[in-house]
Amino acid sequence: MKPFAYARPGSVAEAVRDVAGEPAAVFLAGGTNLVDHLKLGVARPELVVDVRTLTSREVGDLPDGGLRLGAASTNSVVAADRRVRERYPVLAEALLAGATGQLRNSATTGGNPLQRTRCVYFQDVTTPCNKREPGSGCSAVGGYTRYHAVLGVPAALPDPTAPETCIASHPSDMAVALAALDAQVQVLGPAGARTVPFVDLHRLPGDDPSRDTVLEHGELITAIDLPPLPAGTRSAYRKVRDRASYAFALVSVAAVVAGDGDVRLALGGVAHRPWRATRAEEVLRGGPLSGDAVRAAMAAELAAAQPQPGIDGGNGFKIPLLTRTVVATLRDLEA
Amino acid sequence: MDAEITLTVDGAPRTLRVDTRTTLLDALRERLGNTSPKKGCDHGQCGACTVLLDGERALPCLALAVAHDGAEVTTADGLAVDGELHPVQQAFLDRDAFQCGYCTPGQICSAVGVLQEVDRGWPSHASPDLTTDPELTSAEVAERMSGNLCRCAAYVNIVPAVQQAGGVQA
Repeated sequence: MKPFAYARPGSVAEAVRDVAGEPAAVFLAGGTNLVDHLKLGVARPELVVDVRTLTSREVGDLPDGGLRLGAASTNSVVAADRRVRERYPVLAEALLAGATGQLRNSATTGGNPLQRTRCVYFQDVTTPCNKREPGSGCSAVGGYTRYHAVLGVPAALPDPTAPETCIASHPSDMAVALAALDAQVQVLGPAGARTVPFVDLHRLPGDDPSRDTVLEHGELITAIDLPPLPAGTRSAYRKVRDRASYAFALVSVAAVVAGDGDVRLALGGVAHRPWRATRAEEVLRGGPLSGDAVRAAMAAELAAAQPQPGIDGGNGFKIPLLTRTVVATLRDLEA
Repeated sequence: MDAEITLTVDGAPRTLRVDTRTTLLDALRERLGNTSPKKGCDHGQCGACTVLLDGERALPCLALAVAHDGAEVTTADGLAVDGELHPVQQAFLDRDAFQCGYCTPGQICSAVGVLQEVDRGWPSHASPDLTTDPELTSAEVAERMSGNLCRCAAYVNIVPAVQQAGGVQA
């Protein structure tokens, strides 16, 4: 591990100044992803600024009837909160489907969405990776692609030597639920405070796969707000994985269905960011949630999906699996 | 780059200088001589290093020691009181819940955490209903202990040991 300086400032404003003033500085919260990446040599900061004790560790009520999750609240505390369990079950279920009891006790509301979008090649510093070493190429194309993206990727097979190629997926379960809930991210940066809709927080690789989110260097998540849901809203999270516990999603679905039938859907394990299924939502708007209707909606959503071939058989299985998982999730919510 | 930190480990205050890169696990094992938490994978995947960090089960392999100045750490070595085994330790003996024993200190600390989380009513992925208090079924134990691998596969005895320590007839 490369040597680094460590700072624990007394306030969030000071922490933001510290990181903004050093190009190779990073924020540290629960550390479950960053400390691993320090050890792997994936993260090589000059300065680590510890914010774990600087923001709220609580879940608070908002005047509009929503909830504010302090950035330092742990995944365990949020998942166990009675208000979250009763009013936002999709979020409690997503949190409980992720990681392990030990990790959820350390991982935080602010840190979980900012874990790196990644794949096995990103974690292996002996292989080319545009996200880790911009311009070095992508080792995942034609490699081991079981956990990789099928949405938000080029229509043709990506060029492994092109500097923009990245087919990694974002692994957070929590983030998929927050995308479906239209959560709002409270951010403090060197230029002041701003609110970022959660659905806009994460990026597609675009021309710079090294950037996972729209946050500028020095911007810190201070809280995440859950908007109130209309009475009668039901929600659920369904995750499909290779083993029953402690595994990333092959695919996952967060569904929020309002009393009037309005559906919000987000998909996990299938793109460089949590994937809000807006096309499927449009097709379903105002209509029934029958199996046929949902299959038609998912056909529209997945029209541009691009399976990635791979030495492990590739990930084309995700396309029918996504449709079946959405059908099952909405069927259970309707029951 | 060094920093001075103080940890309370199994009830005893310990002050030491650490390189900022030192994990809490390496500080415990290499600097303070407490080899109860084991280094299995060192990446948060096996749970062999599990301790109670400020009362909650956590992984010291994924924690920087410098970030936990002032913390209270309880390892499996510190669970017994006046020579009397902790109920989880006794249950692991009663149920023969190990073979080689390497993962056992982590399993035991994790189980202590599981029991207090269930006591608080925290749900898990295995809970049939998020709005009611969970029961310590074998499915609940298996899900809640999924962060602790046992390569001898003593799971079949670990699950009833955790249930016994939680007061469930298993």
